[in-house]
Amino acid sequence: MDFSQIFTYMYAEIALIAVIVTVFLYDLISGKRGRRFFHPVMCVLMTAFIAATIVPYHDGTGETFGGMFVYTPVFNILKGILAVGTLIVFLQADSWLRRDDTEFKRGEFYVLTLSTLLGMYFMISAGHFLMFFLGMELASVPMACLVAFDKYKNNSAEAGAKYILSALFASGLMLFGISFFYGTCGTLYFNDMTAHIDGSPLQIMAMVFFFSGLGFKISLVPFHLWTADTYQGAPTSVTSYLSVISKGAAAFALMVILMKVFAPMVHDWQLMLWIVIVLSITVANLFALRQKDLKRFLAFSSISQAGYIMLAVISGSAIGMTSLIFYILVYMAANLAAFGVIGTVEQNSGGKVGMDDYNGFYRTNPKLAVVMMLALFSLAGIPPFAGFFSKFFIFAAAFEQGFHILVFIALINTVISLYYYLLVVKAMFINRNDSPIAAFRSDCSTRIGLLVCLAGVLVLGIVSSVYDCINMFSFGM
Amino acid sequence: MEYTILILLLPLLSFVFTGLLGKRLKPSVAGWIGTIVTAAVAFLSYWTAISYFGAGRDASGVFPTQVAWNAVWLPFTENLHIDIGFLLDPISVMMLIVISTVSLMVHIYSFGYMKGEKGFQRYYAFLSLFTMSMLGLVVATNIFQMYIFWELVGVSSYLLIGFYYTKKEAIAASKKAFIVTRFADLGFLIGILIYGYYTGSFSFEPGSEALGMAKTMLPLALGLMFIGGAGKSAMFPLHIWLPDAMEGPTPVSALIHAATMVVAGVYLVARMFPLFIGYAPDVLHITAYVGAFTALYAAIVACVQSDIKRVLAFSTISQIGFMIVALGVCTSADPHEGGLGYMASMFHLFTHAMFKALLFLGAGCIIHAVHSNEMSAMGGLRKYMPVTHITFLIACLAIAGIWPLSGFFSKDEILAACFDFSPWMGALMTFIAGLTAFYMFRLYYSIFWGKENKELHAEHRPHEAPASMTVPLIFLAAVTLVAGWIPFGEFVSSDGQAYHIHIDWTVAGISLCVAFIGIALATWMYLREDRKVADGLASRFSGLYKAAYHRFYIDEIYQFVTHKIIFACISTPIAWFDRHVVDGFMNLLGKGTVSASGAIRGMQSGNIQKYTVWFLGGALGLIVVLLLF
Repeated sequence: MDFSQIFTYMYAEIALIAVIVTVFLYDLISGKRGRRFFHPVMCVLMTAFIAATIVPYHDGTGETFGGMFVYTPVFNILKGILAVGTLIVFLQADSWLRRDDTEFKRGEFYVLTLSTLLGMYFMISAGHFLMFFLGMELASVPMACLVAFDKYKNNSAEAGAKYILSALFASGLMLFGISFFYGTCGTLYFNDMTAHIDGSPLQIMAMVFFFSGLGFKISLVPFHLWTADTYQGAPTSVTSYLSVISKGAAAFALMVILMKVFAPMVHDWQLMLWIVIVLSITVANLFALRQKDLKRFLAFSSISQAGYIMLAVISGSAIGMTSLIFYILVYMAANLAAFGVIGTVEQNSGGKVGMDDYNGFYRTNPKLAVVMMLALFSLAGIPPFAGFFSKFFIFAAAFEQGFHILVFIALINTVISLYYYLLVVKAMFINRNDSPIAAFRSDCSTRIGLLVCLAGVLVLGIVSSVYDCINMFSFGM
Repeated sequence: MEYTILILLLPLLSFVFTGLLGKRLKPSVAGWIGTIVTAAVAFLSYWTAISYFGAGRDASGVFPTQVAWNAVWLPFTENLHIDIGFLLDPISVMMLIVISTVSLMVHIYSFGYMKGEKGFQRYYAFLSLFTMSMLGLVVATNIFQMYIFWELVGVSSYLLIGFYYTKKEAIAASKKAFIVTRFADLGFLIGILIYGYYTGSFSFEPGSEALGMAKTMLPLALGLMFIGGAGKSAMFPLHIWLPDAMEGPTPVSALIHAATMVVAGVYLVARMFPLFIGYAPDVLHITAYVGAFTALYAAIVACVQSDIKRVLAFSTISQIGFMIVALGVCTSADPHEGGLGYMASMFHLFTHAMFKALLFLGAGCIIHAVHSNEMSAMGGLRKYMPVTHITFLIACLAIAGIWPLSGFFSKDEILAACFDFSPWMGALMTFIAGLTAFYMFRLYYSIFWGKENKELHAEHRPHEAPASMTVPLIFLAAVTLVAGWIPFGEFVSSDGQAYHIHIDWTVAGISLCVAFIGIALATWMYLREDRKVADGLASRFSGLYKAAYHRFYIDEIYQFVTHKIIFACISTPIAWFDRHVVDGFMNLLGKGTVSASGAIRGMQSGNIQKYTVWFLGGALGLIVVLLLF
């Protein structure tokens, strides 16, 4: 076996492993004093990692480990985006990690988070179902630890339990589906399987089971029920990681597999996605309408956003893939901004996350309120913010493939979503409150994170070169 | 020439900076930022002009059209895309000079005029925004960029007219200006879309093949675009917003509503001139008739107004009419064969911008001195304000078309072009030129001579304006004195070739005579303290006088049509339908959504066993559906 191939194509993963090992060792040797510098060290490491890996080094597609691992430039772009998102989460998590009850396990947080990221990298680049499954497990199991990170809090522990149980169930079902594929195809290599895919009932069953496993990760209805409880209970930084990075990676992996492996069953999976999209967007919107807790509210918002993301997947075209990556990027900026605000408010106000707590927020913390407002506008898809353009592109991609009714339903739901997003804005700007959240100054690290997100919300849509750049690479698929 | 990006970027940054900091900035700092930035823009514009014209003509004898930089912003197809760029050709370079010069003068002038006003910083921020938008409009590389900046100037005009937002009239005027011009812009937008759809491009020069295919639709598209231009340039019957726009601060009137924004319509027609000449000459001639009628109408109205800024506003409308006429009477692209009007129009645009800005700034000094816009508060001011008096007189002579001031040369070219087109058009425009001389000198005498309002002046003695206000006056007056001698045809002409301006002394003689008659008449009627003749005429023709004073009731007609017909007969029933049927349906939907949300809440029970049941049930349900269909 030629090992040079590994370094040629797996450089992002290898670099990530190196980062993880470095962090792990630093955590072991640094001691109490060294831990004070953990955050800056981590930021520098991540920045270097992103700078080194975000640019695809090769034009074409490549394989290594006998086809287990696949490299294409567009994968690399997405991995870079996910890494940037992770860095933003780290920036925003600092104030939470500096508390006494979490300070000593700061290193664990980093190692666990980066391990899940590594899992997602393998998931995206997999060329074989087992590889894919391993990647997904690597992304799920440490996640459960992260969800239960504040383990002495009932909420967090409960969330962790619910997450791991649901994840186990989903993985089981998925593995069950994969075994059917092995039975009908005799192989699990993506490249070889396509020839044996014929849409027989057994394969339909297998595909749905496989899909349900990913549907769990993306939190699509009806596989979404864990989402609200877990999002609410998990520490806010973990929730934001879960809602963006994990979701984005899974959605992208799903699209790759559907396009690559299940191409012969395109009508089946398009019908399946059609149903799931309508359910996800509608049900999540209906639930979001009545939420009083902002984290729970954003959980449902993220389920409905997942439905929109699937609109890009259903098109199954190159434009769909471009718009998917662009949507993930924009969604990341907006959602991380929203969670960033919620997180810093939670830290500085003694755990206030209720919608009513935010009444009169603008009067005391105008800057944060404006950031939150812009993030919500972007999520709702109001022009000229980035969210409008990303929604526009996915609608265009789906419309082009003939899903007119679906796009229409999605548009109606956009109107409903506008209502509940504006509800939060109304609470912050219009509603009065006798005891609003006191004015505070968030720490520098959070502010940098929020500024990056804000820049994304404002700029991504208008600067068309971002979209063009993604588009250029996605034709390499 | 990448540095030209600074011409747009600097004012934008200045707007963002002063706009965001707002009151936290000291007023004078905000003013200085705006002024220095505008001075830099003016310097860059002059530099651009020098290097552009200095580079000389190409082999075919024209100044080549250059794109200094261009970025594709929103591509639709390979040819159809919206760009943001910077186009350099003779007319855009000429406009750069006009805009940056007048803008700089207004920035300096405003130090004195706006001193101590509440919102001084906001004022300068808006001025920067306007400067940026107007510059972006003239250097647009494609029609859509032009439209974007076109709307931006509309917004900045709206903001500046409504600057005194506590004054009811200012609010009403700003809304009127915005709605009327926006209404006209709808025509512009539809024109652009038709143009883009049929030629497959937003470029000004889509190529003869694309134009050939769009041949039948081009007259419509260009006509619709002209409606947009007519709205901005206050052509009859869309002129109604401009007189009211005088509610804004006077320097704003000088910059936006006299020198730059209101000529955007003229500039638009000039920009599309090759297409008008090649594919829609009839539409072009229609614009000439619209312009001629507007010029006549506005000149008559200007003769009887008593508010000095309104006189100037109607004078502006009338002069823009001249420019449109000059473009409209062109019959070919060759300046020797009926294409003279193009050069004449641009020349007049240039000279008019200078002397009309001067008139407005002078009016600002007068208003500053007597705290009123009404002629009755003035009279005999020459003793108190010598600088204003002399510069104002220079501007009046220029607009009346007296040799050797700039207005004479440009107006002469326009009249020559009109006589080329038809004797009737020439005669009409000469008559209007005479009217212009008359009403301008009526204004001049009423302000500086005539009967002094001694009571008011004793109570509050008029005084000359501070240096920050008189220096721009002197500068603009100097430009007005010499601008006529610029060999304008060497730079701008309809076919791009050098055109040597020669004065047609028959036309010039007639127009000079008419101008002198107008001035003499005004002198006879208004110089002395008692205005027996004028008052006698006004009472003898009281019906006409009243009609003209009320601007021939055009505003009242608009009021009637909008309120009595559109609002009462169309909007009210629609509003009822909307209130009861549409809202009712939406409320039903809203209630339905909320109750549906209540009905499914049981799904989210918090019970993990139930979650897995949903999970598995959902997967099995999907399988069943897929197997069945």
